[in-house]
Formats: sequence, C-alpha cells, structure tokens
Amino acid sequence: MTTTEDQTVPAQHAPQAVAPQGEPDSAAPEHAAPEQAPDEVLDNEVIDDPEDESDEAELESADVHAEEDFGAHEGQGSEAERLDEPGTPDTVARAARRPDDRQPYRALGLQDDEYEKIRNILGRRPTQAELAMYSIMWSEHCSYKSSKVHLRQFSEKAAPSDRMLAGIGENAGVVKISDDLAVTFKIESHNHPSFVEPYQGAATGVGGIVRDILAMGARPIAVMDPLRFGAPDHPDTARVLPGIVAGVGGYGNCLGLPNIGGELVFDPCYQGNPLLNALCVGVLSVHGLQNKAATGPGNSVILMGAKTGRDGIGGVSVLASATFGSGAQSQRPSVQVGDPFAEKLLIEACLEIYRADLVVGIQDLGGAGLTCALTETAAAGGTGMSVNLDTVPLREPSMQAHEILASESQERMLLIVEPGKVHTVLAVAERWGVPATMIGEVTDTGRLVIDWHGETVVDVPPASLCDDGPVYARPMREPSDLPLMHADRAETLPRPSTGDELRETVLRLAASPNLCDKSWVTEQYDRYVLGNTVLAQPEDAGVLRIDEESGLGVALSVDGNGRYSRLDPYAGAQLALAEAYRNVAATGATPLAVTNCLNFGSPEDPQVMWQFAEAVRGLADGCLELGIPVTGGNVSFYNQTGAVAINPTPVVGVLGVLDNVAERVPMGLRNNGDVLILLGDTRTELSGGEWAWVVHQHLGGRPPKVDLAREKLLGTVIAAAAERGLLSAVHDLSDGGLAQTLVEASLRHGVGATVALPEGIDPAVALFSESTGRALAVVPAGHDKAFTALAEEHGLPWTPLGVVGGSAVAVRDQFDIPLDELRTAWTGTLPALFGAPEPAAG
Amino acid sequence: MRIGVVTFPGSLDDGDARRAVRLAGAEDIGLWHNDPELHQVDAVVLPGGFSYGDSLRAGAIARFAPVMESIVDAAKGGMPVLGICNGFQVLCEAHLLPGALTRNTHLHFRNRDQALRVQSTSTSWTKNFTEDQEIIIPVKNGEGRYVADEAVLDELEATGRVVARYAGGNPNGSSRDIAAIRNEAGNVVGIMPHPEHAVDALTGPSTDGLAFFASVLAHLAGRVGVEA
Repeated sequence: MTTTEDQTVPAQHAPQAVAPQGEPDSAAPEHAAPEQAPDEVLDNEVIDDPEDESDEAELESADVHAEEDFGAHEGQGSEAERLDEPGTPDTVARAARRPDDRQPYRALGLQDDEYEKIRNILGRRPTQAELAMYSIMWSEHCSYKSSKVHLRQFSEKAAPSDRMLAGIGENAGVVKISDDLAVTFKIESHNHPSFVEPYQGAATGVGGIVRDILAMGARPIAVMDPLRFGAPDHPDTARVLPGIVAGVGGYGNCLGLPNIGGELVFDPCYQGNPLLNALCVGVLSVHGLQNKAATGPGNSVILMGAKTGRDGIGGVSVLASATFGSGAQSQRPSVQVGDPFAEKLLIEACLEIYRADLVVGIQDLGGAGLTCALTETAAAGGTGMSVNLDTVPLREPSMQAHEILASESQERMLLIVEPGKVHTVLAVAERWGVPATMIGEVTDTGRLVIDWHGETVVDVPPASLCDDGPVYARPMREPSDLPLMHADRAETLPRPSTGDELRETVLRLAASPNLCDKSWVTEQYDRYVLGNTVLAQPEDAGVLRIDEESGLGVALSVDGNGRYSRLDPYAGAQLALAEAYRNVAATGATPLAVTNCLNFGSPEDPQVMWQFAEAVRGLADGCLELGIPVTGGNVSFYNQTGAVAINPTPVVGVLGVLDNVAERVPMGLRNNGDVLILLGDTRTELSGGEWAWVVHQHLGGRPPKVDLAREKLLGTVIAAAAERGLLSAVHDLSDGGLAQTLVEASLRHGVGATVALPEGIDPAVALFSESTGRALAVVPAGHDKAFTALAEEHGLPWTPLGVVGGSAVAVRDQFDIPLDELRTAWTGTLPALFGAPEPAAG
Repeated sequence: MRIGVVTFPGSLDDGDARRAVRLAGAEDIGLWHNDPELHQVDAVVLPGGFSYGDSLRAGAIARFAPVMESIVDAAKGGMPVLGICNGFQVLCEAHLLPGALTRNTHLHFRNRDQALRVQSTSTSWTKNFTEDQEIIIPVKNGEGRYVADEAVLDELEATGRVVARYAGGNPNGSSRDIAAIRNEAGNVVGIMPHPEHAVDALTGPSTDGLAFFASVLAHLAGRVGVEA
C-alpha cells in the first residue's frame, strides 16, 4: 500500500535495542498491534472521547508499568472536553501555549520514550493531529520497528544484479527484462480486514497492491492470490473463504487484471487468522520509472482519485488487535470499502499522465493515507510542503483534521506537478472522470505545514515521521516445543504397502483440501483479460506475454509452506523459495528476482520473533545462493488469536523471464508415447508433508532437505532441454510427492500414464515423499536419449519412470486408477465443502 | 476494412477486441464513449468489461453514451454490430436485441473454456461457421444468464435467431442454453462468451473466435468463406 510497508532498511538505522523486556506494553496488543493496512493505531475514539470507559481502562492498565504517571487523572476529563470542543482544533499555537495537556499517546500505541522523542523533535507537545500522525508512522506496520534489524539482510546479502532498476524501499522492486522493458512486482497482505469483512478486506487488499505497482510508473498486468484458511469443514471457513475469493475476483476482474495463479491452503492454525496475500505485477518502459520525491519548491501537490471519507479510520487499531472473536461484526465499519471502477479510471488517468511526462513525483495512498503520502514524498524530496486540508474533497464535511490525515479511503494518488503542467493534469483527470484537486505546494522549508480551518495544526520535519521511528531488537527464543516436535518424525508412521492401500492413499490425497482441484476458486477469476496470459493456474507458474513482437515474457510463482516453517523456519523459508524457483524454472523461464510476504504471530512473543528472524535469515541466505535478489516485500505481524500464533508463513514470489513465451513448457500430459523421466533424488522425507497430515494428522520431524544448488541445476537442465525442443511438458514435484504430480499432469488434459516405481525404494516413499529438487520431465518419444544425455552432462540424476497414454494412472505391479475415478475424487472436494458452482467439466 | 471498437469507462476487453480485429486482417479503430463520431467504420464491436462500473445495471448507462446513439442509428441502417459480454448487455439495454442478461443462477462469476454450438450462420458475424459447428471459446461473467419471456424465446427459436447455445454444460443458467442471439436482419449479434479471447493458440483455448471477425470481413467484402 505504501512505501512505509516496504522492507525499507535505511542504512542510518542503528538498532536502538529498546527491548521492552520486563516492560510489556499491555496496551500494545490492543493498540500497537500494527498489522494490516489501515491505520492501526489512530484510535480516534480515544481522541474524540477520552472518557470512553474501555479506553480509560486501557490507559490505566498501561500505567501499571509506567513509573511516573502523566499528571493525575482528575483534570483529564475536563481538559479532554476542551480538547474536544467543536471549533477549537488543537493547533500548533495551542500546543505551545498548553505544553502540559495530557495526551492519550499510550492508547495510540506509543511508548513513553517514543512520546518523549516526539516532544524533543518538535520542542513542544505534538498537536492532536501530529500525535495521530506520529503514532501511525511509528507503528509496527509503518515503521517496521521490530523487523528492520532483520530485514536489512535482504540488502546486505543481495546478489549483485545489473537488472535492478529499483529495489527495497520503493513501492515495489523494478527488474529490467530487456533493453527497453522492465517489470515490477510485489506481494502484500490484508489479513485482518479479510477476516473481519472478507469481501471488502480482500478487495481492498488487491486494490492496494495494484496502486503500489501503478506508483512505480507501470501498467498493472496481472495479480496472484496466496490464500490460507482454517479447517476446511469449520463453519467460519465457510463464512470467510467464499467472501475472500469473491472479493479477490470482484476487484481484480472489474479492474481487468488476469489472475494467473496463487495458493489455496487449509490448516487449523489459520482458523482465527486467515491469510489474504496479494501479488501484482506490472510492466513499464525502462525510462518510465516514476519516483515519490516531492522535489522542486513551488511545485503543486495534487490529490487525485476518490473523495476522502471515514473508512479505514481507526480500523486496524481494532483490526490488528491480537484477540479476535469478540464482536467482529462491530469492527466491519473499520474496513475500507473498495471501488474497482474508480481504481480502473485512476489507473488509466495515471498512465496517460505518465505518457505525457506530467509528474515530478507520485505516491499512492494506502495504509496511513495522506499522512504517509505527504511525509514520504516530502522526506524523499528533502523538501518541505504546505498543505491546506480544507481543499481535500471529503465525503463527510464533519471530518476532523486528524481523520482527514489518517483516512484510508481507497483509490487515491498524490501527484507532484510543475505549476505549468497542472492544467494538463487536471484535464486528463477530467477526461477519465477522476476528481483531482490541488491541496498544497512543495516548499524549501524542510517542514510539513498543514493548515485546517485557517489555523496551523501540523508543523513537523517530514523525515522525522518516516525515518526517525523507533527500532527494536526484540527478544528471541527458540520455541520450547521444537525439540519434541523434531523427535516425532513422520518417517516412523505406518505407511501403506499393498497395491490397494497405495491406490486408496493416492485417491485420498488427491481429494484432500490442499491437493484437490481448485477450480471452484479459480473459475471466479478472469484469467483471459488483456490477452497475454500464456499459462495460468493450475500450471506450475503463471506466464505472461509482455512483448507481442518478440514474444518476451515473464513467469511468476508464489509458494509457502507453514508446516515446514513451523518445524524449521530457516529451512521453511528456503523451501518456499525453492518451490517458487522450481515452479518458474519448470516453465523454461530463467528466475530473476524475489518478493515476499512474511506472515507471523506477535513480535512481542520471543518465540515468534525467533521464527521471524530465522525465516528472514534463511530467505536472505537462499536468495544469495541462488543469485536472485529480494526486490521488496511486506511483513504481517500479529497473526494470532490470544496466545496462539499461526504457523510461521513466509510466502515467496519468484519472477523469471522467457525470451519467447511460445517456448514455455506446460505441465500436462498430452501425447501418447511421450516418455516420463523423474529428475532428481528421492529420499525418505515424509515429515511436514501432506501424506503425514492427511493420513495421520501428523506434524513433526524435520522438513525435507534444502538443496538450492540442485534446484539451480534442475532449472538449468529444463531450460537447456526446452531450448532444444526435448520437452513436451514438465511438472514439478512438491506437496503430495510424485503421486500428486502424476495425478495433476494426467488430469490436466485427460491423458493417462503407465509408470514403474524405481527399484529398491519403498513404493510409499517413491509416491509420497516430498524430497525437493525434483521434477517430472515429459519427453517426446525418440528424444529421451538426447534428454538423458543432457541431464548426465550436467550431472543431474534421472530415473526412467514410464510412458504417457491410456485413460488411467497405472503403477505397474501396484494399481490402476481410471482417470474418471481420479477426476471425481480430485474435483469433488471444494464443491462439496462450499457448494455451487460445480467444478469445470473436462 | 475499418472495424471500430468502443471504449467506455470500465471497458476491459477493448484491447483484446482490437487485437482480434487486426489478426483477422482489418484495421482497428478506437471509438470513445462520449464522442458520437464513428470515423467511417464499416462495423463496430462493443467489448466486454464493466462499463460505468455496472452502475444501476450492466449496460444500463452505456446505452445512453453519445457514441451509442450513432451506433444504434448505424445498426438500424444495417451496419454489423457485435456485442460481447458487457457489449451484449449494452445491446439489450439499447433494445437492439430482446431480453436481458441477469445474475448467474449460482451467483458466482465464472470463467471457463466453454463449448458452444453454432446455430445460425446467416449473420454478419457467423457466416464462416457451419451449422451446428461446435467451438470452444472462453466464457467469463457474473451476469450472463440470458432471460426473456417465453413468447420472445419461442420467437427467437422459430425465426432462427439463436446464434449459439452452450454445449457440455450451461455455465450461468441461461434460458434454453442461449449463448448468443441476433436481430432479424442478422447484422446485430450479442454473445456472452468471448471470441476475442480465442484468436491465438498461445493465449486462448482455441482459435475458433477468429471466425467471428473473419465472417464480418467476408460479409463486408460481399463474399463468403474468406480465410482470415
């Protein structure tokens, strides 16, 4: 949504180690819990109504840990009433005049020392509006105060790349894919709003990431949606899932963006905290890169897009609170409401403005609304800004200054425009029917000065909000239950041995919620619009044509495995990276860059913080080894209900390039007689896998071994083979192992296969092990010698598996499963759980 | 040959329709919703999307766009007009075609590769098909269920104005599996699935959609069966 959500790692930030050890901020779970987009911490109720019982209570509880209290409580009520008197805004002058007014900073999630720091920066107490702005910008969500010290590894360990035009710290990373073209892509989360109001939460999640891509100067060209839900048969899953899917589709479809892939994962750990992550990819000219810097004193500041309303205000001070369940209904108004039609017009207007070179700088409005956009553009420009809030078009004229500054109304952009070009910009906006208003001017004062109702309510150094926020090195501790979990290995569980048992297990896995056909979901998404979708789900990766003349295109995959990460977050993050890399490589593309969305519990829990640190370290190390840089991403903390956190869930997106998408490698079996060859090594690795979960509801042991060098080799061989026309298809092996890979490849086009499992290995292991670095290669008859020679030349182990053909998946000496029976099992699950529409035929 | 493709605010498949027109060998001309000028086009495509955000009803506002007044007049004069998805909805709202497109029976947006059976080849847009030819083109809509009163449906059937029916499953609950219809003259066709998404084997499930655009070129050239 905004740069503040990026994994910004400014060098000047030395960790200040303000570990709140022994001083847990009891208000934090309620107020600091900065998480999903809306302004977590601006609890305007506290400001408007200081006598509110519950908030008062929280102030009390916060005081428990505070030695010196800010004045006696008596007096607060009367002062608060004066503060709240209509028509008497808390101006800068008033703040100077009344330095000792008590302020509800703790209720807004600020620590005592943070509040003191603000007073030192300003040389006085902040005004009501300033306090609101600091509390938002210094929130976890915006300041990354808990994650910064870890995230900087993504920069420090980044593999050198001459393709990076913009990286961490921008709205999204930008990667050059040809002399003239670049792509930009990023994942973000909108988890808490999507739980409270599934449709709007998901819709605005998509809208927010799309504006990030737009702000880079790119035309958004596709979206993907990694989704995670609780138990599939839980009644609340039936409430949340259909709404989130409809929201993703409703917004993306109406925006005209194809949805080319994603994930649908069920696990009870997400019951109270479903995950809505959204990826957007866009394309731009290498010369068309936009930036957010408000340079050039005298330039105009234009707010373009929807009117500003109260939606989103105070939203996530409620939404991000760690404890869900109580009155989710009442929180609904706090979720922003999306209007994809308005965003579609905003996109076209912005692109026309870019083409005519009419902006100096541009920034989207998302989390933290105007507060973030104004401070970041001014800070990035090293300038100042003077803004008149009375010019901001409002949906509700009664809005207070701090509400206007914190509103997260959707579909808005902030433009910095030279005075001579203002007229043309407004004309373009008019042509697309998008409201655009001049709200201020860039100055050379180095101060952000905001007037409202004729008085100055904000006068701050903008950089102090963006860059001078607190940085914490939170305490970390390995979860105490890990040693026990590691000892409880799935490899020791009873396995199917007879042909009938194996057959039954293959069908059971194929029908399991995490492995079954996902078309109940994906049919609700438009995958055709724009006419450049070469591959989309259920293929291994989404492939988009970028240049119709040359056939240049990109491949994208998003993957994550919370169970692996629960068992070993370092390995889990690398396994997510490895799978996304493998999926992209399986299409014949060359992986180039990485984005990520790190979904975790509360950073105030040392065990969660340890999981987070390990996952970041693993991902940074993995990207370095693979030689592809992290270009940006998003952190989502406080995904927990009460004391129970979700499994650590790093979701990793990998982008690759294809010189000619016509040569992409699909995943389905098609031609009778094609030869099936298994690439890679199969080890006895069942822990953390789908077989252990589906058959034994078991989670324990160690996840599969990570071998990134092998992933790289696998990619090299597939690309080389594709180039020589030695492949009719490739399908990666991952969740569910070889069995699931055969099921998916056969059902893709309704063409069966006959295979013989490798000698000297337990058939159950051969079918269900989730060893990494493996893929199923489908080679045209007659090319198998050339293909295996190529594999050997590169030192990649291969095993002959069988041939394509027939109307069944047949495993010699074990079992046959007719495709009809397999399809019935595979496609029946989601419709049975979530009702109409029935899955696609064929 | 010049074929116009209208862009309304919220049109999404206009680029795809223009690509299809080019692939069929015609010149694609962009038409703007609030400009009544048709720029001497020989035929017009109303593309898919969510014109005006589907406010009020899908197609209800587009129907009043300045460009539509010109198109309605031209259509009455015999100019070929193809309405795809939202374009079909616009044609119904503009009363160039009878009936209406309503919410899918299952209430979900649905995108799938859909089999159709071509029922009328005597239109400007389907000349290059053969009677009862089965084709596969993508369907993607939330409000694609064709409805009309029984009398109108009977008349459409009796006069051979059902241009295509869904085969192998009805994706949205359309009356009598209707996927596309025509006006009496046969120059105006509305179709819910998307021919423009099936013009390139690389990006579509087939290239069956190309024949719609080849047909209108053949029609305009005054001959039948011209290959695209």
